Amino acid sequence: MTQAPFGEFVAGARARGTLVVQPRMGFSDPGRMRQGLARTRAADAVTVGTLTLDSYTRVRDLDAARRALAEGVTLNGYPICTHPPETTRGVLDGIHDASFPVQVRHGSPRPEHIVAALLGLGLDATEGGPVSYCLPYSRTPLAEAVVCWRTACEMLAEHTGDGRVPHLESFGGCMLGQLCPPAVLVAVSVLEGLFFARHGLRSVSLSYAQQTSPQQDLEAVAALQRLAGELLGTVDWHVVLYAYMGVYPLSRGGGLNLLEAAARLAVTSGASRLIVKTAAEAHRIPTVADNVEALEAAARAAATATAPPPGPPAADSEVYAEARTLVHAVLDLHDDVGTALLTAFRRGLLDIPYCLHPDNAGRARSFIDHDGRLRWGDTGALPLGGAAVSAARKVTSADLLAALSRVRRAYDSGGTA
Amino acid sequence: MNSMPGTPMPTVLVTGTSSDAHTWNLVYLQLLLEEWGHEVTNLGPCAPDDLVMGSAVELRPDLIVVSSVNGHGHQDGLRLVQVLRARPELAGTTIVIGGKLGTDGLRNVGQVRRLLAAGYDRVFDDGDVHAFRDMLARPPVRAVS
Repeated sequence: MTQAPFGEFVAGARARGTLVVQPRMGFSDPGRMRQGLARTRAADAVTVGTLTLDSYTRVRDLDAARRALAEGVTLNGYPICTHPPETTRGVLDGIHDASFPVQVRHGSPRPEHIVAALLGLGLDATEGGPVSYCLPYSRTPLAEAVVCWRTACEMLAEHTGDGRVPHLESFGGCMLGQLCPPAVLVAVSVLEGLFFARHGLRSVSLSYAQQTSPQQDLEAVAALQRLAGELLGTVDWHVVLYAYMGVYPLSRGGGLNLLEAAARLAVTSGASRLIVKTAAEAHRIPTVADNVEALEAAARAAATATAPPPGPPAADSEVYAEARTLVHAVLDLHDDVGTALLTAFRRGLLDIPYCLHPDNAGRARSFIDHDGRLRWGDTGALPLGGAAVSAARKVTSADLLAALSRVRRAYDSGGTA
Repeated sequence: MNSMPGTPMPTVLVTGTSSDAHTWNLVYLQLLLEEWGHEVTNLGPCAPDDLVMGSAVELRPDLIVVSSVNGHGHQDGLRLVQVLRARPELAGTTIVIGGKLGTDGLRNVGQVRRLLAAGYDRVFDDGDVHAFRDMLARPPVRAVS
């Protein structure tokens, strides 16, 4: 099979000084999905392709996916387990090759059926993680997600060799998309990357989602790189940045400006790959044309930014100090990263603000400070000490809405974060 | 908050749909309803139909609020309300749905009619807090007695 390992492709682009850009694109119709991949490939940018799956496949409700296809209902992504394999091979044929890796994006806390399907199709790049795809997006017990993701990692790792290097990206840099202080995003990404590596993956990526303060974002990506360098040993890794994952600007200009800020942040922070958002994001599931426009706008903006000098980043920041404390507090709990993660969440040593999952302590609270930085309103049982708490306060629905829509407001009125 | 001594606060069950992973809509609704004097149980995202039904039968809330923004709200909401209305205990419970219910961002009159016909008392447009509050201010789910 002629295909470039996903990690190797990204490393090659990086060596040439080019940011890889990637859509979050998925359609239930195979013809439209193929067109989306073809136009991603043909875009004026260095791209990798995406098959984003639908919500029914994500929650393993394959009966509902089958019914929807039978009734001609449009799904919000590509049902990879429901379309016959020959249909999906037809979608990929002549498009997925050495110059165009394709990653499967889904959101499943129990992903074995998805991993089996993608491996069966000759694909071997996907994303997720036992924490990042469980706590924010499901009611699946965390202990069950850890078991499922161990199995999924081992299924992927078995396909290493003969030119194949399966790749797994941690979604840990997102965690509800907004209002999670960066130290937790960095810590979860690093811990999930370690989890993947301990279960056999030789190529991983660690994520971070653009937040509300460009300076804090730079510190966060630097912290992510430094911790990855300290802990991941010989595993191939890179950082992937997500364009803002929270409430997106309504205006076309605001949406594109936010995306371009993400693209410049990706380059200046030293990330290797960017997942874009489109100008249509706030209104509907983006079309192929929306995605191509976003990919090309991001690539143009990235070309105007300057990458940091090579070598480990100077990362003696508040974000690095907090993230390092969190990572080591978890790793000290148990040799097995999955077991350590379970204990950490049970004790509240990791705690995702506002996350409603029954296995999340739910004591930590965050807010956006006057300078735009995300800070702690309450650290709960996080091992961060009193100094980390900036302002204890009760959050009202109006406060929450204002915080959630801060970036939208700023960009819709022509400003920036 | 607004309730008189001895008057129980109206109870609300807030839930996402089985395939919808979004949380912020649910966190916001909880804070809003609590500020309006309601006692809220929040099932969070991706609540299976049986969990919503079981929780509703157990808690017997005055109001069930279904919120969905992933584009599957029509399908999932339709199925869910049929499960809920099949229980005699919930035949008289006020059940409403709102959010971004389709994949195309457009309000679909036919789909709204089907949701109402299947058992929802109201279908709210995305972000229509005023209409939601107006409904809550009227019996049988008013907070201020």
